[in-house]
Amino acid sequence: MEYVSPEGLRLDGRRPMEMRQLRAELGAVSRADGSAVFEMGNTKVIAAVYGPREVQNRSQQINDKALIRCEYTMANFSTGDRMRKPKGDRRSTEISLVIRQTMEACIMTHLMPRSQIDIFVQVLQADGGTRSACINAATLALADAGIPMCDLVTSCSAGYLNSTPLLDLNYVEDSAGGPDVTVGILPKLDKVTLLQMDAKLPMDIFENVMQLATEGCKAVANYIREVLLENTKQLENRRGV
Amino acid sequence: MEHKLANSLIMTVNEKKFIESALLSDIRVDGRRPFDYRNLTIRFGSEDGSAEVQLGQTQVLGFVTGQLSQPYRDRPNEGSFAIYTEFSPMADPSFEPGRPGETAIELGRIVDRGLRESRAVDTESLCVIAGKLVWSIRIDLHIIDNGGNLVDAANIAALAALSTFRRPECTLGGEDGQELIVHPPDEREPLSLILHHFPVAVTFGFIGKENTVVIDPTHYEEAVMGGSMTATLNINGDVCAIQKAGGDAVSQTVIMQCLRIASVKAGDITSKIKDAVESYNTQRSLRKIKRHNPDQQGSSSDVAKRHMERLTVGSDQSGIASQFNEHDKTNKRNSTLKGFSGGPASWDPYSKGVDGDALRISLASRVAPVDKQKEESSQVNPETKSNPKSSETNSIALTREVGLEKKQSKTLKDAVKPKHKRRNKSNAS
Repeated sequence: MEYVSPEGLRLDGRRPMEMRQLRAELGAVSRADGSAVFEMGNTKVIAAVYGPREVQNRSQQINDKALIRCEYTMANFSTGDRMRKPKGDRRSTEISLVIRQTMEACIMTHLMPRSQIDIFVQVLQADGGTRSACINAATLALADAGIPMCDLVTSCSAGYLNSTPLLDLNYVEDSAGGPDVTVGILPKLDKVTLLQMDAKLPMDIFENVMQLATEGCKAVANYIREVLLENTKQLENRRGV
Repeated sequence: MEHKLANSLIMTVNEKKFIESALLSDIRVDGRRPFDYRNLTIRFGSEDGSAEVQLGQTQVLGFVTGQLSQPYRDRPNEGSFAIYTEFSPMADPSFEPGRPGETAIELGRIVDRGLRESRAVDTESLCVIAGKLVWSIRIDLHIIDNGGNLVDAANIAALAALSTFRRPECTLGGEDGQELIVHPPDEREPLSLILHHFPVAVTFGFIGKENTVVIDPTHYEEAVMGGSMTATLNINGDVCAIQKAGGDAVSQTVIMQCLRIASVKAGDITSKIKDAVESYNTQRSLRKIKRHNPDQQGSSSDVAKRHMERLTVGSDQSGIASQFNEHDKTNKRNSTLKGFSGGPASWDPYSKGVDGDALRISLASRVAPVDKQKEESSQVNPETKSNPKSSETNSIALTREVGLEKKQSKTLKDAVKPKHKRRNKSNAS
């Protein structure tokens, strides 16, 4: 199948190095301490953060840092075929673990000993790149909750189809069986914290694809920063400062 | 989570500091340098498709089994494989019995992704009848001892077990060419899987504030390290999978450097696996020569039988299938009298994947099974017939064979349908 036309356009009309439209909204869940909705094209994810609060299960309490928990779920209606997915299948358990460890790396857990932070992420619409969207949403929600972080983690995926590196794969491109590289970076330090990849790819091409995904992450980081700034200004206005 | 916690509990602050400060001068607690791999030994079990990998203190057992089943609807002409991990509480105090924990799932997913997405196993060659019957391969990974770096050890165990696994040959025969014949291992040499390449996982740990990179971390180092990265590469230097699930951030240049080191290590490990498999295969062929010794026939057919039981485990037989079975057994008894000495010539290949239609077709095609059976069994062992050597020992072997036959027939199939067993006995008497 042809994923990049001779004119250099992809199936959904994007250029190979073009991202889908981003949209973010803070404060989507009123009861949560912090929450956000993040959209990358047709992928839509909602995240809610509770905490820092008292550790629910005392045996899990850590005395020198905060306990982070994360739960990733996919809504039944999020995919094309409406399937009742068993809770806690292998894929979602793995993604929960990945998101938790990524967030643990940027939250300053040593400032909140003997406490617990819960992150809940739910995919409302899945159109490829759910993993990246979840991490971006979780970052926004954590920032909204005012949890101290050393940097804003952002994530983006990239692939390699028809011997062209493609940025931000959608579902059709993702399920084409080609390589899929998901990168999560700390933009200020310019360091990679999350890196997941599958399918076969020579090493030099992999470097290019990873570079492309990193550029995508930086674009997401700029957007997230703008959204947060906008949100802070609104809060300021409301308080009448 | 629990794993990490428990691991950090046994480490004192001083121990952690010691590991970190020793690393600054390129020394590791077990005397290795940062980019030395631990000693790797691969042993194989007595049966095909089992491998035990020892990587330093870490021990992982890999076991591969196969079963005929219906293919997935979206991939009608491809076989499937699945990976199951078993973290025994014996291996590490932090492993809890019951459902697999997060680490177990992550390990399974990493090994699975490395094999599946890079198409290391040729799944299309596992197809028997498109859309109806394919081989589904099950890889069991048992952690026996946790000395750190389970992912690499488990991945090597899976590769070694896959490369020694053999499945019985299947052909389509009968009058209309629709009947499935599964050839037992002593009639036709079982086929090994087709592995296109060996995706080898190499894990790096990032320790301390300076993010010192170490390869193949032990479980002490795992308790200290801030993050880890597993790169799965093959001998050609292709990246098959990477997993760096959060943890300490590192720069891109470090990652590329790790990948280059990993590709060298992957080459070493691949050649080690290949050598081990080759020596196993020569031993195996030597064993096969012994198999034709009439004194050992009983035991060898026993092995064959066990091998096939392993394959049919979990297959439930429909009524028609078990009727067939009975038919076959009586035939077999006839044929054993005529110098039959190999393993059972027919066993039930029908697993749960077969639909009723296919069965009906094959039932219709089975007009005169008796003649065919005789023909087959006479083909099986031309040596025993032509062998003029002491008919006495031969007959002893035969009687033993019949005895075994009776004993064996009690094992699996009768556990499924006890009714037929009774009928069978009355037939025999």
